[in-house]
Amino acid sequence: MTTSADQTEQLTERVRAAFESKSPLKLTGGGTKAFLGEQVEGDTLDVTGHAGVVNYEPGELVMTARAGTPLSELEAVLEAEGQMLAFEPPHYGDNATLGGTIASGVSGPARPFTGAARDFVLGTRIVNGQGQALRFGGEVMKNVAGYDLSRLMAGAYGTLGVLLDISLKVLPLPRTQITRVFEHGPSEALTQISDWQRKPWPITGAYWEDGKTYLRLAGATSPVESACEKLGGETLDDDKPFWRDVREQQRPFFSNADKPLWRLSLPPAAPMLDIDGDCVIDWGGAQRWLASDIDAVALRRIVKDEGGHASLYRGDASPRFHPIGESMLALQQRLKRSMDPAGILNPGRIYPEL
Amino acid sequence: MADAAIADAAEKVLASRPDKAQLIDKLVAELPEHVVLHAEEDLRPFECDGLSAYRQLPMIVILPETIDQVQTAMRVCHANDVAVVARGAGTGLSGGALPMDNGVLLSLAKFKQILDIDTENRRATVQPGVRNLAISEAVSHLGLYYAPDPSSQIACSIGGNVAENSGGVHCLKYGLTTHNIVQLEIVTVDGERMTIGSEAMDTPGYDLLALMTGSEGLLGVIVEVVVKLLPKPERAQVVLAAFDDVRKAGDAVAAIIQAGIIPAGLEMLDSPAIIATEEFVHADYPTDAAAILLCEVDGTHAEVDEHIADVTAVVEREGATEVRVSRDDAERAVFWAGRKAAFPAMGRISPDYYCMDGTIPRKALADVLIGIGELSKKYGQRVANVFHAGDGNLHPLILYDANIEGELERTEEFGGAICELCLEHGGTITGEHGVGVEKIDQMCVQFPPDELTQFHAVKNAFDDKGLLNPGKAVPTLHRCAEFGAMHVHNGELPFPELERL
Repeated sequence: MTTSADQTEQLTERVRAAFESKSPLKLTGGGTKAFLGEQVEGDTLDVTGHAGVVNYEPGELVMTARAGTPLSELEAVLEAEGQMLAFEPPHYGDNATLGGTIASGVSGPARPFTGAARDFVLGTRIVNGQGQALRFGGEVMKNVAGYDLSRLMAGAYGTLGVLLDISLKVLPLPRTQITRVFEHGPSEALTQISDWQRKPWPITGAYWEDGKTYLRLAGATSPVESACEKLGGETLDDDKPFWRDVREQQRPFFSNADKPLWRLSLPPAAPMLDIDGDCVIDWGGAQRWLASDIDAVALRRIVKDEGGHASLYRGDASPRFHPIGESMLALQQRLKRSMDPAGILNPGRIYPEL
Repeated sequence: MADAAIADAAEKVLASRPDKAQLIDKLVAELPEHVVLHAEEDLRPFECDGLSAYRQLPMIVILPETIDQVQTAMRVCHANDVAVVARGAGTGLSGGALPMDNGVLLSLAKFKQILDIDTENRRATVQPGVRNLAISEAVSHLGLYYAPDPSSQIACSIGGNVAENSGGVHCLKYGLTTHNIVQLEIVTVDGERMTIGSEAMDTPGYDLLALMTGSEGLLGVIVEVVVKLLPKPERAQVVLAAFDDVRKAGDAVAAIIQAGIIPAGLEMLDSPAIIATEEFVHADYPTDAAAILLCEVDGTHAEVDEHIADVTAVVEREGATEVRVSRDDAERAVFWAGRKAAFPAMGRISPDYYCMDGTIPRKALADVLIGIGELSKKYGQRVANVFHAGDGNLHPLILYDANIEGELERTEEFGGAICELCLEHGGTITGEHGVGVEKIDQMCVQFPPDELTQFHAVKNAFDDKGLLNPGKAVPTLHRCAEFGAMHVHNGELPFPELERL
């Protein structure tokens, strides 16, 4: 266990002072997601000191922890009780914190099957851009009192508020997990995965790379085994390291750093796109990784035509996130101002104009 | 805009007196005459939603048939500073669609088409007036269904489900509306059409889909919804477990969850609810039980077999006095019949009932039930409890007679006390029915002024004139101050009906 400390007052005070002097703050946690989005200019506001589990009762399926708590520490606490964060968050490094995980809204291979980071957020405590500590949502499964500002924090990159505490729904670990491997071309894989997903099978991962589809089933023992019988394919022995490497971008595909790396978010059954470069498929088709020298504007046009968007994980194109339309940007700017009137919280992190 | 200015905008809209004849002229100049209703007999059907204790004739009803007409209606109202209350099927239980005598009621009832069923991506694109159950019926032959199932699913519409972030019996496993939609088309307060969310699993920029869901018609008008579809489970089976003590039943709920099982549904009825429903539908519930649990598991045949065995073992260990397992779908339907008939059953034993919606941590179930029992004695009013135990979402039904002078007021006060009891136990005043007008004063108890002010600022980013469903969901600080003052001085809430708007 690392230290547990409540720095609500210090963080609130720092934001209030920054609000009064109108000086931008650059929010940092473990720094593992710093490569996502744009660079921020401002005084560093380090939240890692605000750490520790605030409340965890396995019978409630709820955990509340401070934003600076190391993700690996939380996962260990949950695992000891036979539970997990079902959105399978990528760490992208040893120092990942809960706050950075929720602020960036990233989710792992289980996302299409169990839900995204935002789906598990039940409540948050934040500091808004005026230095007020505010609480939204709570520690209960259902809560429709007031606007859902808690889930809004997921993926907002700290631009609407500094995350203090986050309450998450947690789930039991599956009793059994089996991965089956199939020989498929990419289009065949997409069709097959779409067909499989219309069966009530406990699928929790569907990944394609280099001529092979990897299908993960997890849950109660008997349904996993009976689904595997119907599926066929070869069992992948010791599959946990494989899925960890998919989640953490540690597969060989990701280590080839010659070309920019794009994340394509698409409707899962969108066809394979005719783009020069290498591609792997995760999220059953809804998240595709592309290593390619293609021009950003051209790529985004192709992806948008298929109902998706493209963000840059490695390389130099700007903006790094897929641009949004003029009136949508104007609305999001107004929303940003409503929570951060002086524009001091991670300004420009998502888009230069936001 | 400063906080005071935002509050002023809201109060100004509530107090405004638009010229009805002039507004009708302006609307019919741009819209077909038959979509603009203004004669009293045409307005009457819209005077209340599912919270029928509150009634108000709208000034004008607009019944558009196309998104273009919705945009036109919004543009005209915006230009003339007229408030707009959007309405779906009108089944809401918190008065979220209660009309205003100085505002327009915008009914989406004519938007009843299922526009597209995408089997490959397991989605359906539907208009907001499509009934919840109609979606599942339309995709049933494909082996798919739409998971959220509010008990009003036969009548309630998907647009209203999104506005309220509706739940249902199967939330613990399958989530709320917010977990089961991917994209919305909305019309903004000034008539612009926007796409919220996307066909992919996430969208660049802020997650406005999360913000819009459950915003009770205060941020925009929903004109199209893309929902997720799931494969139908091969089988579902129910365990009915009776307990001689409410606390044991509450503990059994936690024990099932702790055993690593996420049931598809986990419902509880207390003794008054059991007796009332048994008399009504004869589901063969054990009427001597203090509480019964209905625990449904679903999935593949193998999965159901495994979980039924686990659930049975857990409830027996927790001291169930009787355990039954449904043998087939017909018996499963009988087990559920009592639960599903709980609300109408109350209508047989009481002229009126008032349904509350607090949500609490599961561990507080027994304490809160006992607390509600004490309040029942204090107020001298009967209450029956049916609830989504797996989610900790309570639906205490307070029985009353609206024809008795002062009884509705006392019931509302009792309801307010139940809300506050839920808050004391770390819960929320509303799990799935919304705040609307019904629980707006309790919002002052749940949220401090800074949080409420933040809500108003967010609202202002979408609707700077405060025209969308004013007076609902988020109280002004002024209103909270009044509520607090009355609360302290009298411990009662004798608000005249008009103040409730």
